[in-house]
Amino acid sequence: MNIKDRILEIVPEAQFAEQGDLTATIPAESFHALAEKLRYDEDAQFDFLLSLTGMDWGETLGVVYHLESTKYGHSIVLKTMTANRENPELPSVTDLWKTADFNEREVFDFFGIRFVNHSDMRRLYLREDWVGYPLRKDYDDSLNPLRMTNEVTEDTTDELSLDDEGNLVNKTNVLFEDKEYVVNIGPQHPATHGVLRFRTSLEGENIKKIEPYCGYIHRGIEKMNESLTYPQTLALTDRLDYLGAHQNRHAVCMCVEKAMGVEVSERVQYIRTIMDELQRIDSHLLFYSCACMDLGALTAFFYGFRDREKILDIFEATTGGRLIQNYNTIGGVQADIAPDFVKNVKEFIVYLRPILKEYHDVFTGNVITQQRFKNVGVLTREDAISFGATGGTGRASGWACDTRKRKPYAMYGKVDFKEIVYTEGDCFARYMVRMDEILESMKIIEQLIDNIPEGDYQVKMKPIIRVPEGNYFASVEGSRGEFGVFIESHGDKFPYRMKYRSTGLPLVSVVDTITRGAKIADLISIGATLDYVVPDIDR
Amino acid sequence: MEIKKPKIKSMQYEDFQDNEYLEKMVAELNAEGTNVLLGKLDDLINWGRSNSLWPLTFATSCCGIEFMALGAARYDMARFGFEVARASPRQADMIMVCGTITDRMAPVLKRLYDQMPEPKYVVAVGGCAVSGGPFKKSYHVVNGVDQIMPVDVYIPGCPPRPESFYYGMMQLQRKVKLEKFFGGVNRKEKEEK
Repeated sequence: MNIKDRILEIVPEAQFAEQGDLTATIPAESFHALAEKLRYDEDAQFDFLLSLTGMDWGETLGVVYHLESTKYGHSIVLKTMTANRENPELPSVTDLWKTADFNEREVFDFFGIRFVNHSDMRRLYLREDWVGYPLRKDYDDSLNPLRMTNEVTEDTTDELSLDDEGNLVNKTNVLFEDKEYVVNIGPQHPATHGVLRFRTSLEGENIKKIEPYCGYIHRGIEKMNESLTYPQTLALTDRLDYLGAHQNRHAVCMCVEKAMGVEVSERVQYIRTIMDELQRIDSHLLFYSCACMDLGALTAFFYGFRDREKILDIFEATTGGRLIQNYNTIGGVQADIAPDFVKNVKEFIVYLRPILKEYHDVFTGNVITQQRFKNVGVLTREDAISFGATGGTGRASGWACDTRKRKPYAMYGKVDFKEIVYTEGDCFARYMVRMDEILESMKIIEQLIDNIPEGDYQVKMKPIIRVPEGNYFASVEGSRGEFGVFIESHGDKFPYRMKYRSTGLPLVSVVDTITRGAKIADLISIGATLDYVVPDIDR
Repeated sequence: MEIKKPKIKSMQYEDFQDNEYLEKMVAELNAEGTNVLLGKLDDLINWGRSNSLWPLTFATSCCGIEFMALGAARYDMARFGFEVARASPRQADMIMVCGTITDRMAPVLKRLYDQMPEPKYVVAVGGCAVSGGPFKKSYHVVNGVDQIMPVDVYIPGCPPRPESFYYGMMQLQRKVKLEKFFGGVNRKEKEEK
């Protein structure tokens, strides 16, 4: 079935853009009805909201939705906008996709668009007393000096809803009652893996509700990108999810290359794929170390870090960087691989195989591990899709969401590897997915490492890179989920808007759902196995 | 009693590159003079303090991973006595600001700093903590932690290599060795007006 015809059937006034990805512009009044049809209709079934991006087009404010169907694999981009810049209001889609909850709060935070029927319209990243909306083009930064007063945390939140007669009414929702016992965890807490803050309502030892607070490491990278040239924006991508630095940068390079129609050489594709997989092993080793340390197994932490250093050595020899490598460039990579790269990688793989067995001996079979991981924090497949929790978390819940399989890029279409899928959805499944993925990554590297073809490592690019006008989206499988880049270009050397699909934001939004009723100590197991990186959430 | 140049076991005095500020501190101490008994006691206490600096586990972003690498086997900060990372500011001697400090985090960091007992030290690790680093122009990033609290040692890098961490930490050790524990040049916070 043609999706374009289908949309025109429901909303005749929809407009389609020809440039870039297939994009439909829908008037705000009919947007929710269309979204509902696309979500639930048997032959559409767009059940995965990949990305939700706020936009400022000068005259209008709007939102871009990237939808996908996990059943049919088709995708569509929807746009909706409002011309009212004073009080912009758009319909909320939180009732259709749960991931819209946090994403719409993000859009409200950055653009001031209020979503009708969203039950929790608070800022997500910035302080409550922040003046203005930073990603609007007319934002004035001088209104927001550094405030050193302690932030007040409100227990209530606003909702803009429609009453029976169709009028907009303001409603106040209560997050935590006065009598509730609320424990504050973070932002400086070793088990939150960064500066994340949870307010946890407890009933005895059981968790009643968790309210995550983000933004303690929000650096405004997306806004900064709007005044940086394309090659300059690359430097900041490595600092988003620093355990997926190669993959993040790969995504941005791929998106710009796709937009400009640049073909990179096969040698570059090989190098990028190998580097991505090494990075994935690096990230999963760190995951293992930290998850074990959170559960009190300090020896395992030393083991994991000992072996991770070997990967960092390989990175350093080729790229010059340990943690942040700045290696991919638009049209290639920064430098050719080091002379002993192939030898070192092969030695490392031979070294790691028996070590992995040792890891399992040390930690996996342990009674404490089993009891703290099994049947704890169960995430169902439906919730995983609805929240957009991709990566190891989604695959542990039985959702085959690997971007490398769904939308093969670089060399992934040509190598043989298995997508690890568990169905339990608990902490133990999430842990095992990552441990097994290390083996698959090694398998991919082994298939490629001996056959790196000769060729250039960098395509000659123009000194100033201009991306043709249009919308572009590219995504890669990051270390902890699908990392996507959305670029809207107006033909300049700067992107008009550059949005990253954070891999961590959906993972944090599921915390409340899967911890309900669990013990407070389980929060640590759940947080450890969700494996989020906070700078990637906050961007 | 004459105060001599600070010596630490791990590295020779001459191998450090920034000795001017220490020479200034030595000159100041000698100008003020001290009692032999208290001076010797100071030396002893500072010897102990400089070799057991307890950091607060505080990391906001990338530099935090390198901080973890310090604690792990290859770089092993236990060799210098830094391994007792405390999760509570009340037990920590120093705070290593690893990573970007944003506008929302700044009051929280200041509160952590205020909760630490004196004498306390601040090490700004990485470009972001030193000056805002690559995010200097952002609307939500503090351009250097020295805007909100006094900094003892700056460690540049993005992120700094573990070796740079150690260079900075040893600088701090030398600085600790030149303090009068019983008053005098111990850094006092300016009173807020």
